[in-house]
Amino acid sequence: MTLQALLSGQGLMFLFFAVAAIASGLLVVILQNPLRAALSLVINLFSVAGLYLSLNAYFLATVQVIVYAGAIMVLFLFVIMLLNMGQANMNTSYRGVRTIIAFSSAIGFGGLMSAVALKGQPDVMLPADAIVTGSPAGSVEGIGKVLYNPNLPWLFAFEWTSFLLLVAVIGAVVLAGNRQQPSEDKA
Amino acid sequence: MSIPLNYYIVLSMILFSLGIAGVTTRRNPILIFMSIELMLNAVNLSLIAFGRYLGDAGGQMLTIFVMAVAAAEVSVGLGILIAIFRTKDNVDVDVLNGLKG
Repeated sequence: MTLQALLSGQGLMFLFFAVAAIASGLLVVILQNPLRAALSLVINLFSVAGLYLSLNAYFLATVQVIVYAGAIMVLFLFVIMLLNMGQANMNTSYRGVRTIIAFSSAIGFGGLMSAVALKGQPDVMLPADAIVTGSPAGSVEGIGKVLYNPNLPWLFAFEWTSFLLLVAVIGAVVLAGNRQQPSEDKA
Repeated sequence: MSIPLNYYIVLSMILFSLGIAGVTTRRNPILIFMSIELMLNAVNLSLIAFGRYLGDAGGQMLTIFVMAVAAAEVSVGLGILIAIFRTKDNVDVDVLNGLKG
């Protein structure tokens, strides 16, 4: 463990985003008001996007902000407001024993995995950024050249992702759609 | 001096544990979904960190697929939630035990 690594410019950036991510993640778990928890989750997603930037994953940091913090969180907020859950403590009261067991098991899991991560390999240091056929791996060009390369396993899965999203869209419309006359559904 | 890989893994584990605590303690399904998003993000972070330190672009590819699956899961899940709310008027996960044998 070399804690001096955290005192460089990059280390301070990591420290800032890590503390912000943990604090906002904790707020997501403990806040009673669903609206505030959702806004904390937005902060968490932005912090993780900053960590992606520190790992040279520029395209994915952008996608994280646009898709997660933009689209998915708007969907969350929309449903919270549609179902009128904005008031505090509607369904979010804690129950003592179960909460203690849940938090202690989560802390146990996290501590165990962190111990494994810290014990296993002393300090894996950073190699140079991967270069994919002439462009950095995290850029739009690098991502595209890997994702659409027919010699790599990602292209087929990518095509099926579009089918998955189509099924999800149809499923969401069918589930949430307006069904005033259920008798007509069988016709 | 760059940051060791271990720091990213430990941070990812902390976020994942927070997600576990949220899933197991929350009773509002929307907050359970948010905790699941927290866990997915933690896994994404570790995937990107591993890919970066191994010099492999596969981690970022997997992250793209995780994001797509998360988007699909949230849209279908919230649709189910709206359908339940339309008939039940209550979306507490401890009250919704209609499938209990």
